[in-house]
Order: sequence, then structure tokens, then C-alpha cells
Amino acid sequence: MSEAFKDEPVMEINPDVDIAPEPVGGPIVAEGEKLLEVDNVTLRFGGVVALNEVSFHINKGEILGLIGPNGAGKTTCFNVMTGVYQPTSGGVRYLGKPLGKRKKFQITKLGIARTFQNIRLFANMTALENVMVGVDAHHSTGVGSAMFRLPKHRREEAEGLARAMELLEFMGLRGKANELARNLPYGDQRRLEIARALATSPQLLCLDEPAAGFNPAEKAKLMELIRTIRDQGYTVLLIEHDMKLVMGVTDRIVVLEFGRKIAEGSPAEVRDNPAVIAAYLGVDEEDAS
Amino acid sequence: MSYAQRGMDWVRALPKPAKIVLWVLFLVFLFALPLLNIPFITTPDSDFGGVLFTVSTYVLVALGLNIVVGYAGLLDLGYVGFYAIGAYTVGVLSSLHGSWPWLWTVPVAIGAALISGILLGAPTLRVRGDYLAIVTLGFGEIVRLTLVNSQWLNGAQGISNIPRPPGAELFEVPSLDWSSGAPVVDLSNTTTFLKFGITDQIPYYWLALSVILLVLLFDKLVKDSRVGRAWEATREDEDAAELMGVPTFRFKLLAFALGACIGGLSGALFAGKAGFISPDSFVLLLSILFIAAVVVGGAGNRWGVILGAIVVGYFPERFRDFADFRVLVFGLALMLLAIFRPQGILPPRRAVRAIEADEKLEALEEGEVRV
Amino acid sequence: MQYLFDNFWALTITGLTLGAVYALVALGYTLVYGVLRLINFAHSEVFMYGTFAALWVVTFLGGNATGSIAQVIFWIAMMFVAAMAMSGLIAVLLERFAYRPLRKRNAPPLIALISAIGASFVLAEIMGLREKITGWFGLDTPLATYVRNSRNNAGMPEIITPQPVFTLGDYAVTNVDIFVIVGAIAIMIMLDQFVKRSRLGRGIRAVAQDPESAALMGVNRDRVIQVTFLVGGVMAGAAAAFYMLKIGITRYDAGFILGVKAFTAAVLGGIGNLRGALLGGFVLGLAENYGSAIVGTEWKDVVAFLLLVVILLFRPTGLLGESLGKARA
Repeated sequence: MSEAFKDEPVMEINPDVDIAPEPVGGPIVAEGEKLLEVDNVTLRFGGVVALNEVSFHINKGEILGLIGPNGAGKTTCFNVMTGVYQPTSGGVRYLGKPLGKRKKFQITKLGIARTFQNIRLFANMTALENVMVGVDAHHSTGVGSAMFRLPKHRREEAEGLARAMELLEFMGLRGKANELARNLPYGDQRRLEIARALATSPQLLCLDEPAAGFNPAEKAKLMELIRTIRDQGYTVLLIEHDMKLVMGVTDRIVVLEFGRKIAEGSPAEVRDNPAVIAAYLGVDEEDAS
Repeated sequence: MSYAQRGMDWVRALPKPAKIVLWVLFLVFLFALPLLNIPFITTPDSDFGGVLFTVSTYVLVALGLNIVVGYAGLLDLGYVGFYAIGAYTVGVLSSLHGSWPWLWTVPVAIGAALISGILLGAPTLRVRGDYLAIVTLGFGEIVRLTLVNSQWLNGAQGISNIPRPPGAELFEVPSLDWSSGAPVVDLSNTTTFLKFGITDQIPYYWLALSVILLVLLFDKLVKDSRVGRAWEATREDEDAAELMGVPTFRFKLLAFALGACIGGLSGALFAGKAGFISPDSFVLLLSILFIAAVVVGGAGNRWGVILGAIVVGYFPERFRDFADFRVLVFGLALMLLAIFRPQGILPPRRAVRAIEADEKLEALEEGEVRV
Repeated sequence: MQYLFDNFWALTITGLTLGAVYALVALGYTLVYGVLRLINFAHSEVFMYGTFAALWVVTFLGGNATGSIAQVIFWIAMMFVAAMAMSGLIAVLLERFAYRPLRKRNAPPLIALISAIGASFVLAEIMGLREKITGWFGLDTPLATYVRNSRNNAGMPEIITPQPVFTLGDYAVTNVDIFVIVGAIAIMIMLDQFVKRSRLGRGIRAVAQDPESAALMGVNRDRVIQVTFLVGGVMAGAAAAFYMLKIGITRYDAGFILGVKAFTAAVLGGIGNLRGALLGGFVLGLAENYGSAIVGTEWKDVVAFLLLVVILLFRPTGLLGESLGKARA
């Protein structure tokens, strides 16, 4: 995939732009406290067990890697956390409270945002509009305010535009703000998806294989980007099956295989864990993508 | 790039005062259109004022349906149902079971269409998009069958003696006569300004045109806001929109209800002009012509759907021989467009958005609004 | 309510005969939905063309109510052959011209639906304008029997007079009723076996379950889709022939209401599920007959539409769930 864009310069981001999450209400957790807990989650589809009693937690301010071979249940785990699927048993606690049967958009408003493994931008909207949809998550302009151009509409529109442009600037996409999402090169689309997720000012940013289809140089840049995002005040959950990549950037790693958690710990601990080695044995990570 | 688009770009490139002057001239031209009696454009077989009114109702309906189909991406095949509800509300309140003046019945008609839109949308907008098409199709037929079967609504006989919109006879407006080859002001053939009568249809066209302008303004203001973005995001990828914090169901219902309101408003206008309505005025075919107007013109672009509505409403009137074949031709047009140009004649364009976004950014940077 | 009890058996038998027709047409929706995930909006016109083929062939052969047994059997056989051939042909043409070009371009389902709506109106209007169209070629006079008054009802000469065979309650079940119900069920059993056992049937199921894997396993998707349309069309043709035997009247727009009802039947049973279509057809036929007995026959179509809304509301996957062959994960 990356071959096609070889001539593109490796992404230029502007790490100094302030993109810290907007205060959007709700309790703020102190650094290092538990932000989200996945508690004994089991998910069955008919006879297939997609997740089997999976438990782990994410601390505020860390980068947690969720790794495992293909089909291990990583994306399914994301889907449970973001309300796409309801777990068969067990549950997810966010800021100490169960998510319960909240709808997807409500969970986003609570502060969990995500990207998708296969890019799902709003293809016929511009880059700027894509990001503004994310900012809009915390806005409440309705037909009335829009129709009469009430102060609420003006304020939210101005705030939204400003935040969206900062995010695009941060991602190095400012010059492409008015391009349709579907006309952007692949690498830009990946970053635009992250910008759109960041626009919702999440406490927890979930990235589903953001480096898929990148060449090694781009991957390295992306990991730098993820670290910068964390430094700006976000907590990051990163799905990736390229072990080497995850080792360098994450604080802790959770390993899934066949829907079960087989290991958890610091990158060094996980790397030496015999169960993890067995799971990855014979699988060339580069090929797996 | 089509000529229409090139023309639009040319207008956009003009300095602001020139643009305003041009728009005003264009509006004056639109209002004067039925009096100008321009050769070839004017319909030879039927009263041009009446034709313009018909075209205007198509435009109005297409603008409403565009919110549903073009912005929110919901295929509504029962739009004629809301049109009928609007017209019958007017008929029932002003003639059949009451004697309200026309003007008072209009808000009630809009309200009735709104309520029926919510009642239909709330259960069905949760199902898949292609199911929605069939359910709305069924809804259109339910409405028509109800009109036919209900004695309280006078069944197949329909409702007559619907009062006209309130008017005032202020002054006479002359028209042009081209019979000598060049335009001559004809003082014998005049239109009384705002006399809503039977023979002269031109004031109805003026009324409809004014309503269209209001709806256009409303459309632009709402589309260009959080609401419009939420609709488009939902249309593009419903799951992704939901995961970006868009309550998609709520916005779909909103689009559906607003569309219904505009449908009801068009129906009320139609009833006020026709004076007589019956279930035959609201056949399924109309729904399909409405959809054709939106899709042919370019769903999602308000100028596109206006163009589509003019094509669908005007051509059969101008070329009467063609009237028998119009469903065939529009059916064929739908097929060919779906295959060769699914975005319509005049699709929504990025360049326009880009210009608008740049203007807004400029305003943001100049202004003191800094967050 | 009393009317319902007094006429229970009459309503039941009528419901079952109409239900059989709905079920056969519903199969077409279900089959196409199974392989393409698409509502074949123009399927109603496929049915309508079948009714005209049946009508024309009987008119052409001079069918009447006084024929000998052998003649009647011949007429009926020709009627089925003509209707099934015509509907099959229209369905295949539809696939070729309204759907395949879109599939090649990976158009979104909404665009395919719009193309189908267009095709549906083109087909219906060609039938409605057949007098004018044949007139262009000077054929309207020689073909007058077939094309005259093309916007009006066209009736078929009666070839079997309904004869009571046995009584249920106080309703005399006729030979036509029995023929329609038994015949339709027999055809559906044949279809079920075809899809289950034949090579092409397995292809249909494979594409329905997983188009990509099916393609990898060497299934020719285009061919399977074509066969699916053909089979759906032939079923609609059979339905058309039964319909003409029972009702005897058709019109250029006869497909619309019947199409929506057959679609309702397909959704009711679980779209994509062949046995569901059968069940859905019969349930709908009965429901609308019982329902109209309670609220009045003029509301019959309204009952069917309301049923559709209610199903989508409470059980959008239908009575038997959605599937073609085996359940999807």
C-alpha cells in the first residue's frame, strides 16, 4: 500500500500546536489512576467465543498496547469498549462507573474515541468537515439556533472551526483542510482519522492498527506522533500486531490470543513471556499485515 | 465541468456588490417571468402562470425531499403522503369540516405533516435504509387508500370549495406582448397585484416563489451548521458517525420531519390554489416524479434539485405531446443516471464548500473570536 | 367480528390462494436479496409481464370455458410455459441492464435501488403504452386484441369454471383453489430441492453466504447472479399464471401492490430465507383476509402495509430469521 505513495514526503507534523483535550465536563482522573477497566468480558456470537473472560485496565496518561495475532479479538475488544457490541457477560467500567447499555454516541461523549482498522472517514466531506463532526460531539446547536444564527450557533461554530484547524495544523494537514477526504493520500487519511477522533476531546483515544499499510519510516513517525499525543494530555490504547513497533512506544502491553488474555506487563516482561513467544512463533509479523 | 457550473463559478468570482445587484435582478426576472411572455419558454398549450405555479410546487417539494434524500441519505418513496396530508388538512379545516381561512390552516397543515413524519419515522428509521424505501412507499399508498376509503374525508369525491389565500387588490401590473415580433407593453392584459382569483394564476406563482425563497434561506442556514454536518456524516457512514458522537437516529428523524413539514407546506399551497382536491391528486407516481427531480438534478445540492424539479415539472407542460411518455422518460432517466452519472446533473461541489470555508476562516482570523 | 366467524373458511381459503401467489413472488425478492443484498424493486414488473404472457397465450389459443379436458390441460400448460418464460426473460434482462452495470462500478445500494425504481417504471409504462408503441409500427390494428385500451384492465377468458370439490364449514372449496394452493406448494418444494441439491443451487448458497470465498472457490459470481434472477423470474411467472387462473384480470400497474405485498411476505418470513418466503406468503394472505373481514375489505391493502411496518418494528429479521441455506454468523 505504501509503495504507491513513495514520492510523498514522510509526514510532517507540528508537535508544538496545542491540541490538549477541551474541558468538556465530567470528572478528571489524576495521572496514573485507573481510567478504564475491562472486567471479565466474555462475548459470544452464536457458538463462537470471540472474547473469553478478558480483564485489563488502562491508567490515565499511559500508552497501553493491545497486541495479538490476527483474529485474537483485539478489534472486538474495541467494539465492546465503544458500545458497538454488548458483552455476553462481564462489563466495562469507565471512571469507576459501568458503561452499561449506553449508546455509541453517548460513550463518545463520555470521553472514549476511536479510529478504525479499515479507514472510515466521511468520504464526501472535506477534511475540515470531518474533524468538525468530531468537535460537534460536545455541541448542541439545533435547527432553531442554526436557523436564526443565535449566539450559541456562532460561538460553537467559531470554537469548532478553531479547534478543528488546530488539529489539522498539528497533523500537518492544514493545507488540505478543504480537500474531500476520499481524495487525500492514504497516509493523510490515517492521520485525519486520528484528528477526527481527537476532535471529540477524548480522555481515552483508541487507535486500531493506525500504522497498517505504512512503510518503516512512516511507522516510526507515527509512533512519535502517538507519543506526542500522549504528552498533550491524552491516554492512548493502541492495537497493533507488529510487536517491535509496540515495544518502543508503549508503557504496558496486554496480549490476546484466541479471545483470551495470555499476558500483561511492561514491554520487556511481555517480550520474554513464553506464552507470547509461543503465540507469535512462526508468525512473521510483517507478513501478517 | 458543465456550463451551469461554470456560470455559477463566474458569479461567485464577482465582487460582493455586483453579486448583490445580479441576485436582485435575477429575482426581479423570476417574479416578472409570467408577465414577460417570452417566446418559446412560455407554454403554448396551457396558462403559463399556472405552469409556473406547478413547477414551483415541484421545486418546493424537491427542496424538502432533498433534505431527506440528499443530505441525510434516506430514500423516501412516500413523500406524496406528506403532500396529501398537508393538502387535506387545509381542505378539512377550511371547507369540509370547518370554515377556517386558508392562511390559518397552513400552520396546522405543516404541523400535521410534521406529526405524521415523526410517527412514521420513529419506528422505521431504525431499520436498514433499503427497507425504509419500501415502508415509505407503503405509507404513501396507505395515505391515498385512507383518503379514498374514508367517508369522513369525502372518499373519492374529494374536497371542493377550498378558500383561496387572502389577497388585496392593490394595483395592476401590465404584461408584454410579442405578437409583433418585438416585446410591447400590453396594458390591456394585466394582472391585479395579489388578487388570488380563478382565472389569473400569476399571483399564486408569486406566492409559491416567495415561499421557495424562504425555504431556500432556511435550508442554507440549517445545512451550514452542526445539523447539516451531522446529516452528511450519517449519510456517509452511519456507524462511524455514531462513534464520533453523532446521535444518528435523532438527526435522521429530524431530517425526515423537516422534509415532511416542507411536503405539508407544498400540499397546503396546492390546495389553496386548486380549490379542489381528491385522492387522485396524490398518486404514487408523484412520489416517483419527486424522487426523479431530486436524483436527476443532483441529490445534496439545492441548486441541482431545483434544476431537476424544473426539468420534471416544466418539460411535460411545455411539450404536451410528451406528457404521455413522461413516466417512461423519467424512469429511463433514473436508470441511465444511476448507471452513468449517479451524482446527478449538478452534484454538490467541493470547490463551493472550499470557498465558503475559506471565507469563514478569514472571518475567524480577523475577528476577535479566539478560543 | 361476527363476519369473520361466519366466513372463516371462505376467508381462509382465499387467503391461502393469494398467499401462495405472494409466496412465489416473494421467492424472487428473497433469492436476489440473498445473493446481492439488494431489494429488486422491479420484481413486481417481472410478475406483471407474466400475467400478460398468460393472458395473451390463452387469448391466442382461443381458450374458453367449454374446452375438453385435454384442451384445458393444454391451455394451462401453455399458460405456465408462456408466463414463466416471459417473466424469466424480463428478470434476466433486468439484471443485465439495470443491475450489472452498477455492480461493475461498485455503486452503493441506494443507487442500485434508484436504478431499479427507474427500470420498474420503464417496464410498467411500456406495458401501459403498448397501444401507442405498436402504433408506431402500424401494428396496433393487427394486434388490437392484445394492445387495445392499454391503460385499462385486461381480462382473461375463463378456462376452468370453478367447481366445488368439497366443503369446509359452509364454504365450497373449488378445483381452482386446490390447484393454486397445491401447485404453488409443489413448485416451492421443487425450488427448495433445486437450491439444496443442484450444483447451481449450491453456487447460489455459496455466493449468498460469502461472495468473496465463493469466488475464490471457483464459483462464477456473474453466472450465479444471472441464474438467481432467472429462477426468481420463473417463480414470479408461475405466480402470474396462478394469479390469472384465480383472479383473471390484470393491468399495466398490477405489479405494484402485489409487489409490495410479496416483499412484505419476504420480510415477514425473513428475507433471504426461502422457507420464510413460503411461510410469510401464507401468513400475509391469511392476515390480510382476516384483517379485512374485521375492518372492511376496502382496507385490505392498508392492513398488509401496516403489517409490514409492524414487523419491521418488532422483528426486522422476520419469523424464521434471515438466511439462505445456513444462518450467517
